[in-house]
Amino acid sequence: MGLCCGTRLIFTHMENIIEVKNIVKKFKELTAVDDISFNVKKGEIFAFLGPNGAGKTTTIKMLTTLSEPTSGKILLNGFDPQKQQEKARESFGIVFQDPSLDEELTAYENMDMHGMLYKVKANDRKERTKQLMTFVELWDRKNDLVKHFSGGMKRRLEIARGFLHHPKILFLDEPTIGLDPQTRNHIWEYLKKMNKEEGTTVFLTTHYMEEADKVSDRIAIIDHGKIIAQGTSVELREKTKTNSLEEAFLVLTGTAIREEVPKNQAMSGRARAWRK
Amino acid sequence: MIAIYTLWLREIKKYFRSKSRIIGSLGQPILFLFALGFGLGPVFQKAGQGDYIQFLVPGIISMSILFLAIFSGISVIWDRQFGFLKETLVAPVPRWQIMLGRTLGGATVAILQGLIVFAISFLAGFRIVNPMAMPLAFVYMALIALIFTALGTAIASVLEDMHGFQLIMNFLVMPIFFLSGALFPLTNLPKILNILVRLDPLSYGVDGLRGTLEGISQFGLLTDFCVLSVVMLVFIAIGSWLFNKIQV
Repeated sequence: MGLCCGTRLIFTHMENIIEVKNIVKKFKELTAVDDISFNVKKGEIFAFLGPNGAGKTTTIKMLTTLSEPTSGKILLNGFDPQKQQEKARESFGIVFQDPSLDEELTAYENMDMHGMLYKVKANDRKERTKQLMTFVELWDRKNDLVKHFSGGMKRRLEIARGFLHHPKILFLDEPTIGLDPQTRNHIWEYLKKMNKEEGTTVFLTTHYMEEADKVSDRIAIIDHGKIIAQGTSVELREKTKTNSLEEAFLVLTGTAIREEVPKNQAMSGRARAWRK
Repeated sequence: MIAIYTLWLREIKKYFRSKSRIIGSLGQPILFLFALGFGLGPVFQKAGQGDYIQFLVPGIISMSILFLAIFSGISVIWDRQFGFLKETLVAPVPRWQIMLGRTLGGATVAILQGLIVFAISFLAGFRIVNPMAMPLAFVYMALIALIFTALGTAIASVLEDMHGFQLIMNFLVMPIFFLSGALFPLTNLPKILNILVRLDPLSYGVDGLRGTLEGISQFGLLTDFCVLSVVMLVFIAIGSWLFNKIQV
């Protein structure tokens, strides 16, 4: 593999698809991510858990080229998300915490436009769109405007869209938040199936410990910007001498309620000045 | 290049799908055309300036392009609020292509709107003096559309939400329109007004349109073209630069 792709860095451990080394993210006085390191193996489902404001979304933003780390090194499918942005971006799909569909367009148009932006060939785009939309049970609604969709339908469409360009990694930031148990179950089924059939690595965050326990191969727990534990669910339970992942999580992160970091924390100084 | 086309197509689709937007944004130019055209017409004629409708139409076409172009550019804020912006920001495409696609789409929509107003102006009694110059008129319309879509995009790239919108309308868009000579001739103006008019890029657009459609130009068609082209390139460059710096 190293021979055919000149710009690709060769890992010491080939199986790692995500390598994060000592990354730090500071917003002025606040350190959102404080020197974290972890690896995600190719083909695994990796859960990134932590209380509100722990640094999960900030980490995902750095991994997905949307935000630059203050220091540290990231390799995503062998590419540096800062220096090789386009290569890195081709490697992943993402389902954001908030919806990111164009509501004025139809479900099909949203898929098609995504395919065009990711340079998926027309034939493949058509077939893959049909396959994925059938898979998430939205094919019969393909010509409806997205603004008429329920929250669960939008989420399913976003998941289908995330897989459209055959990404090596799919990031999901709290994909099941605010959805009913039926839809939540379906979404995890889709992800497990795609992970198995296409070998897509899945990187997810969630607050539902039971779901994380059920789907993920390995788990990292982040709190106050630091990773405080890593391992399989069994390892985390053994380490904390608890019976469930939720208990283990509470032992590790404490029971105090967290304040969510305000969204405009990441706002640039220029935009902030303008707003005042 | 497919990314530019994709985002261009998106703007076009959304325009044709939103009938209320097409009709809604025709209201203001039509009101200006008929109320001012017929209201001030007699005074204008008495002052020895000729037919006011004939004078006004290039200004009203420019106005409708200006407004729609700025709004198209500013739609980046809506995309930010409804989340779609993020989808384009993680796509494996250089940001300037995203910005350019949006700008070309917004400008196309603004030109279409300008052409509709142009067609309506015939109902008000407008007549083309020189039909041969029509393609050239189209060039000036396109330049106006591109300049102000790029400006709208640049502004939207630094705004977090719609709170600043009123500010932009009252302190940017309205002055650009009223100081452009869309409504009055640029001869014998007070000195300060004369300077402001010359600083307003839309003045050169209105003048260019008036020059091609009527054969009367204050600055000269070549000057108009050069000024507009330079401003367009500068605004697109600034817009791309600011768009490139967006963090979500």
